[in-house]
Order: sequence, then structure tokens, then C-alpha cells
Amino acid sequence: MPASRVLPTEEAADLIRLVREFAAEKLAPRAAQAEAEGAFPREIFRTLGALGILGLPYPEADGGGGQPYEVYLQVLEELASVWATIGVGTSVHALSCYGLATRGTPEQRERWLPDLLGGDLLGGYCLSEPQAGSDPGAMTTKAVREGDDYVITGTKAWVTHGGEADYYMVMARTSDDPAERAAGISCFLVPADADGLSADPPEHKMGLMGSTTATMRFDHVRVASDRLLGAEGDGLKIALGGLDSGRLGIAAVATGLAQGALDRAVDYAQERETFGRKISDHQGLAFVLADMEAAIQSARAVTLHAARLRDQGMPFSREASIAKLVATDNAMKVTTDAVQVLGGYGYTRDFPVERYMREAKVMQIFEGTNQIQRMVISRSLAKPSGTITTTAATTTAHEESH
Amino acid sequence: MNIVVCVKHVPDAQGERTFNASDNTVDRENVDGLLSELDEYAVEAALTLVEAGEGEVTIVTVGPDAAADAIKKSLQMGAHKGVHVNDEAIHGSDAIATSLVLAETIKKLSAETAPDLVITGMASTDGAMGVVPAMLAERLGLPAITYASELSVDGGTARIRRDGDVSTQTIEASLPALVSVTDQINEPRYPSFKGIMAAKKKPVEQWALADLGVDPAQVGLDAAWSKVESFAARPPRTAGEIVVDEGDGGTKLASFLASRKFI
Repeated sequence: MPASRVLPTEEAADLIRLVREFAAEKLAPRAAQAEAEGAFPREIFRTLGALGILGLPYPEADGGGGQPYEVYLQVLEELASVWATIGVGTSVHALSCYGLATRGTPEQRERWLPDLLGGDLLGGYCLSEPQAGSDPGAMTTKAVREGDDYVITGTKAWVTHGGEADYYMVMARTSDDPAERAAGISCFLVPADADGLSADPPEHKMGLMGSTTATMRFDHVRVASDRLLGAEGDGLKIALGGLDSGRLGIAAVATGLAQGALDRAVDYAQERETFGRKISDHQGLAFVLADMEAAIQSARAVTLHAARLRDQGMPFSREASIAKLVATDNAMKVTTDAVQVLGGYGYTRDFPVERYMREAKVMQIFEGTNQIQRMVISRSLAKPSGTITTTAATTTAHEESH
Repeated sequence: MNIVVCVKHVPDAQGERTFNASDNTVDRENVDGLLSELDEYAVEAALTLVEAGEGEVTIVTVGPDAAADAIKKSLQMGAHKGVHVNDEAIHGSDAIATSLVLAETIKKLSAETAPDLVITGMASTDGAMGVVPAMLAERLGLPAITYASELSVDGGTARIRRDGDVSTQTIEASLPALVSVTDQINEPRYPSFKGIMAAKKKPVEQWALADLGVDPAQVGLDAAWSKVESFAARPPRTAGEIVVDEGDGGTKLASFLASRKFI
């Protein structure tokens, strides 16, 4: 059964109805086979773009949907409850638009953003490197200024949509000064067809095989200086700012994935009989299902709490990390339990729950490992907190954002 | 080209559909309803024609308050405006009365702009009689070309393809005309989020029988030529028949299928 939801507006409710209908009719029939074959569903992202889903959290003036995160994340959750790859891809695309949308000049935004938000173009995000994952300040990819251009050289790892995307938001070092370790990084919008940019063959992953992940190689890739987003040295700040929002996206995707697993488990438990009763009538199993539901609702609650803080323009970095940590750890537990509920069948590839379990694992790893999330949370505890606000503030923030 | 599309809000076939115990009419209160899936094809056919040139698509529905959702969905898909005919007296109407209300609605619309085409689905997914299109055409004095699996308009002529069991027919009618379409004619679009936002600002007229000059005694359950006498839930499916293969499994399967007239 799909989750019960409270949405702030009638159009948001209609949006959720649209996404549910689309997911049931167009995603559900294809997910299992595409994941088994490792076939990247590029045209589905085009359709999502045409439906207006890819630009939902960005301003209408830039071609987006002007929706609060509270709504956008529930859309992501609905997509992921049917096909995680689509939820992840949508979230990563939103992340790849972040630098341009938040730090681009009016000219840059006008030039590129409508195509990005309208779904004609698909984006990737290049931060991690083979030797710089959790510690992005250790990156070595360089962008050297030559006249009116920057020349980028280096290797970026774990790029979602790597080789499939039309452009990449790329973080590269513009200063070698050791004193400027983090402050020497800048952010660029690089088109996929730039000379010298190539993708390695996709990684052979444990799950999310429908979502292409590849290493991107920058061999003296020359881009015009107007592709620098923000000022030189702003890159890491932009990247990490985007990640706070991206983490909320992954928390929503993980919650959706867990919901999908619970739905399959409940269906099975109400059909399968042992000892003359449905297995859902055996307390041992019923309580497993109850714990799964409680975990999912908890994940949804912390995720939407963080989203509402963001929508009010309040700091939400700590809450985004909590949401990512709780939702992905819960998704791992829930999907593992779903396999247990289906027993031997759950362990076969004839049923989707073993795939959900493999897909959940990566969510504890990407967009900042859950160890990094704990680091963010623990560090934030030393900072002032205890803010009291009212829902009236929420209303005001929504009106302003529309 | 201006097109009127008649649509119906029906109980979701995925839900638990039932009847009202009080008067044996379809329960439209306690189940989720939606735009009849067969009518989505009619809306899509109209949008495709209008988008190729110019003009407007007007959605007409007859039904209680909840039927507004059928208009809303059609407007979200891209239709331009809607008319919702809503009157207590219509409750329980049969196909004849429904066609009367639809005809008077379209006549009233025609006072402003006469439609070049009236498009309907092939049947509703709840009543499923499939007779309203022909009745409506008769009342409006329009040629009816029904069960279209293709539709094109060239000058003042509408042309459809109708697929039968043993033949495929190409049928033409001069405009204005009424066309009913099947689920083979197109793939209805999903509303986009922009469509959802735009629909909020599109005009929807609310008309009652008095606005149409229809006498309430002509419609509703009391005027209906057919009524549901009684209803009962379909008995649950019985367990299937298991054929054990003792070297003759194929023969047994064949005789089972033959006994059901499948082969």
C-alpha cells in the first residue's frame, strides 16, 4: 500500500497522484529487467523532464516547478518506491543543477538552466576522486587558467550518469597553495562533449545496475571562463551546500525503497500460509512487519522535518545528515527483513526484494558515508541550537519562494 | 477547430465497487473515483487535433460534486475549459436521460461557439452500455461515426478507421459530427506539472438542469427506462483444476480447453 501523505497544496496532491500513476504504469513494469540487464533508462528521464519532475525544487522563473522540498522529497520517495534508480537519478540531476541555480549569474542561468530543469539535458556531479572521497579537500584534479579559458585535468570517480549525462558539475583545484586546501577549489559546468572528456566503462556494482556509475577522465579539457560557477575558490562550499540538499534526496529515496520492500513483504505475508494460517498471522512475522513500518515512518518523519527547515530558510545541515543516516540505515534493515519475510523465495532473483537489499547498501555509502553523517552530526552538537519558530514562518517562506 | 469532449467520472475499477443499498444505483460516494480511462483517449484525440491547428477543447461532464475531478484531470492534460452539469435530480439517470442532458449542454454551448466535433469514449467503464454517443448524435442531429481507432480531419470532413472482427472500415462524415473513440486510437498523455498548475486557472462552468431548460421529471431514477432490481457480490473464485500428468497431460489439457470452447 502506498504511504498516506499530507501535502501543503492541492497541486502538490495532484502531483503525487500523477507520479503514482506514472510510476505504476511506466516504471514498475520495466524496473526488474532494466536492473538485471544494467540498461540505463535515459528516455525515462526525458519523460520525467517533460512532466516537469526534474526541475521541481527550483524556481519557476528559471524553468523549475517552484515546489518546496517537503513536496519534492515526497515525489522522490514515490519514484523510488517503484524503482530506486529513477529516484537516485532524479536526485543526482537536481544536485547537478545546484551550482548553476544557486551561484550562476543571471546570464549563466538564462543560458543553461531552462534546458537542465526542463529535462532536455541530464546532469552528473563530479566531486569524488579515486583518492578523495570522504575528504574532498584532498582532490588533485586541476583547473588552470589559460587566457579566457580554464583547462581541467584529472580523474573523477563514482560519477552517477557518468558517460550518459549531457553536462557535469565539476569541482577542480584552481590553487595549489597548501594553505588554501579547501579554499582552492572551484566549480565548473562542463558539457559532456568537451574535447578531452571521456568516461571509463561503467562500474560493475552490487546493485543499482540501471543507474550508470563511471569514472570520468579529464585530459586537458578546455572550457570558457564563463563556465566557472561562483567565484574562484567557492567550489567546495558550493559542492557541500549541494550535498546537504542531495542528502535529503537520498534520505527520501531510501525511504521509498524501504516502502517498496515493505509493500512486497506485506503482500507475500498475507498470501503465504504455514501451519494453516497466513504467515502475517504468526506473531513472530507480524512483529517484523510492524518494526519495518515503524522504521519507514520514522525515516519519513526525520526527512520531512529537515525538508521543512530548509523550506523555511533555516539551517538544516545537521538534520539533513540525521535524515540521511536514519533513512538509509533503516532502509538497509527493512530490505534485509523483507528478504527474511519472503524466506527462500526472497533470496532468489525471481522476487525483487533481494534487489532492494542490494540497492539499500549503497545508500549507506554515497552522498557522504553514514560515518561522515555521524561526524557532521557530532560536530554540530557543539554549536548553538534550540531555535523556536512557528508554522506561520513556514507559510511566509512558501509564499516568498513561489 | 473547436471540440467538445464528453467525459465521465467513474468509480476506480481497482477499488471495491458496489451499489447503494437504498436505491440500487452505483455507489459514487464511498469509493475513489477518477476520469473514466476510456475517456482519456477521447481527451487525447481532441487535444491532438486542436494542437495541430487552433481552437479550443471544452470538457463536459454530468455528475455529482466529485465529478469535478474528471474535468480537472482533462484540464490538466491540456483542455481549455469545462462545464460541470450537477443537479440532484439527475441521480439515477439512464443512458437516454444522460444523452438528453449532454445534448442540451452542448446546445447551450453552441449558442456561443458551435463545436466542429463532439468526441466521446466508446463506453463508460462503470455503466459500459456504449449507447450514449449514438443517442447524443441523434439528439444533436449530427452524423455519428463510432468506435474510431484512427481519426483525422481534412477540411470539412472527419475520417475514422473502425476495426471489426472480419473487416476494417474507413468511414467519413461531414462536420460537424460526433466521433466515439476506442482505446486503440492513441496513448493518452500524462498531465505535466505545468499542466497541473495551469488547470487551476482554467474556467469551469457550473450548470444545473434549470440552466439547460431540462424538466427534472425527464431525468433521474424515476424517469429511467431501466433500473437495477437487485445486486449481489460475485462469489469468490473457486480453486482451479489441477491436471496431473500421467503421460496424458497434453490430452487432458486439450480436452479441458475444448470443454471451455477455447479450442
